[in-house]
Amino acid sequence: MNSRNAAWATGLAALIALPFVYREPYHLHLLVLILIWSFAYTSWSIMGRFGLVSLGHGGFMGVGAYVTALLWNHLGVSPWIGIPLSMVAAGALALVVAYPCFRFRITGHYFVLVTLALSGIVLQVITATRDYTGGSLGYTPNRTKGSQLLALQFDDKVTWYLIALFVWVMGLLIWRWVDRSMSRYAMEAISEDEDAAAAAGVNVTAEKLKITLISALMTALAGALYCQYQMFISPDTVSGIAVSLQMVFAVIVGGLYVSLGPTVGAIITILLAEILRIGFGTKAVGWDNLVYGVLLVVFIIFLPKGILGSILDRFKTQPKPSGTP
Amino acid sequence: MLTVDGLVKRFGGFTAVNNVSFRVEQGEILGLIGPNGSGKSTIFNMLSGTLTPSAGSILFNGSEIGGHPPHRIINSGIGRTFQIPRPFHRLSIFENVALAGYYGQGSHSRARADEAAERALAMVGLSTDRHASVDGLGAAGLKKLELAKALATGPKLLLADESLGGLDETEMDQAAEMLRKIRDELGITIIWVEHIMGVLMRVVDRVMVLDHGEKISEGLPSAVAGDPRVIEVYLGTDADSSQAAAAEARRPAGV
Ligand SMILES: Nc1ncnc2c1ncn2[C@@H]1O[C@H](COP(=O)(O)OP(=O)(O)OP(=O)(O)O)[C@@H](O)[C@H]1O
Ligand SMILES: [Mg+2]
Repeated sequence: MNSRNAAWATGLAALIALPFVYREPYHLHLLVLILIWSFAYTSWSIMGRFGLVSLGHGGFMGVGAYVTALLWNHLGVSPWIGIPLSMVAAGALALVVAYPCFRFRITGHYFVLVTLALSGIVLQVITATRDYTGGSLGYTPNRTKGSQLLALQFDDKVTWYLIALFVWVMGLLIWRWVDRSMSRYAMEAISEDEDAAAAAGVNVTAEKLKITLISALMTALAGALYCQYQMFISPDTVSGIAVSLQMVFAVIVGGLYVSLGPTVGAIITILLAEILRIGFGTKAVGWDNLVYGVLLVVFIIFLPKGILGSILDRFKTQPKPSGTP
Repeated sequence: MLTVDGLVKRFGGFTAVNNVSFRVEQGEILGLIGPNGSGKSTIFNMLSGTLTPSAGSILFNGSEIGGHPPHRIINSGIGRTFQIPRPFHRLSIFENVALAGYYGQGSHSRARADEAAERALAMVGLSTDRHASVDGLGAAGLKKLELAKALATGPKLLLADESLGGLDETEMDQAAEMLRKIRDELGITIIWVEHIMGVLMRVVDRVMVLDHGEKISEGLPSAVAGDPRVIEVYLGTDADSSQAAAAEARRPAGV
């Protein structure tokens, strides 16, 4: 256990030190994106690992991004207040959609469909209110002159890298906290047999709502951060069904049941998108989604635990080296 | 302790439980018997909140619990087992029971949950190893786990749905002994469901017999076993076991 903690601490220290020795802007940019999306995927997996497969998370991300940006542009509300507000909005939305689902036992495919509708609705609202949100053309938060802490706008990548790193670590800590909590037992039990879980005294609806709420709040934060970093949001990049699908894809590829699985998924998806973009240019627009789709099917069939999950399994089943008991 | 009055459960046009009333007194073991499909498990499902009654009232320690959500009923002191064991395969045996200890008592204390799990597992005779997998358990082991889960919720009233073939004569005797021990040592009141009268008759204080969702007899084991209506229900289908039960019931307890 201790050597494991030491490994984590060393890894983290290296990640913190990295931008002070290596500052190539494009690479730092990729790292920031990977960290933000890793956090978003981790947020999704918090509930996804218990069979609560949501295709509504694009919606939560969109709410996080758009509410923060709209409050800033129209009312001059600092993102420091706007982000919590956007998280509250996404949390409320999650409860409104999830409560009836859980209360009336909408599970499995039906739950997926309801959440898919949620993504669609958020997308529709963004395009329908295009006078405010810019619709499908996208939206830009008003810029300050230079970096400003109050506006959460920074010109330099290092600051963003450190912010994204911090949030990503928070996400992993929340994942681990859930993993070690009694709520995980309850959710595992619920995902297998709701009646039996209830007969063990578990308030099934409340437990599911709790985990959904945590996941939605985190996802909204990811959306808001993405918005502040990119200073441009559009339904395609931060909301809608494609984004939701991308989350499912990345998490399944990386590994649904291990803490770093979503991160591995983010690294793969973002590098894949970049390689396609650089290699094939505008010809390859939309190709990544095609590749995702094909890979998703392949993974679900052949590697359901994802890349990291399968590798770790391999390690576990390997005979221990001689000399250690 | 429990007063059930006019309990009805309909599934569509089919009445599975029809106007059943009974009482359970503190500290007794009530046997609930009846042929397949007579409504025993359905009554348990209503008592534990898994199903909502179509009509009737269920008073537990003086307050109405009919139609309450299961977790509230479990927290108020009723524990149940399922006829066909329903373990959580993704959790270890210990975790299965600790989960029930954590949520079932409403205490939400990890230390107390672990303690309850240790006690319940020891009571039913399962290993308290934290990592042992559910998949290693056989039919009898799964029934024990089911019982341990129910016990860990800290019940005052235990609903034990044991009616399942699959157990041989000695295992049945062990199960009966177990229930008696639970009542004697933990002071837990029990309703025990079985569809074969055999062993049950020796352990219970009173028996209630269901047929087609209706209560057809109730009373001391010896009296019920001799009741012509009960013999009629069991005749043809289970005549031997009915006679055996009558003989069992005449035997002094503990022999
Ligand atoms: N959820 C349900 N929907 C429809 N019918 C049901 C449902 N649950 C039970 N039934 C029916 O109600 C009747 C009573 O079933 P129940 O399971 O209570 O019988 P039982 O006395 O426990 O029988 P057994 O001894 O076989 O366990 C049966 O005819 C059964 O088919
Ligand atoms: Mg039954």
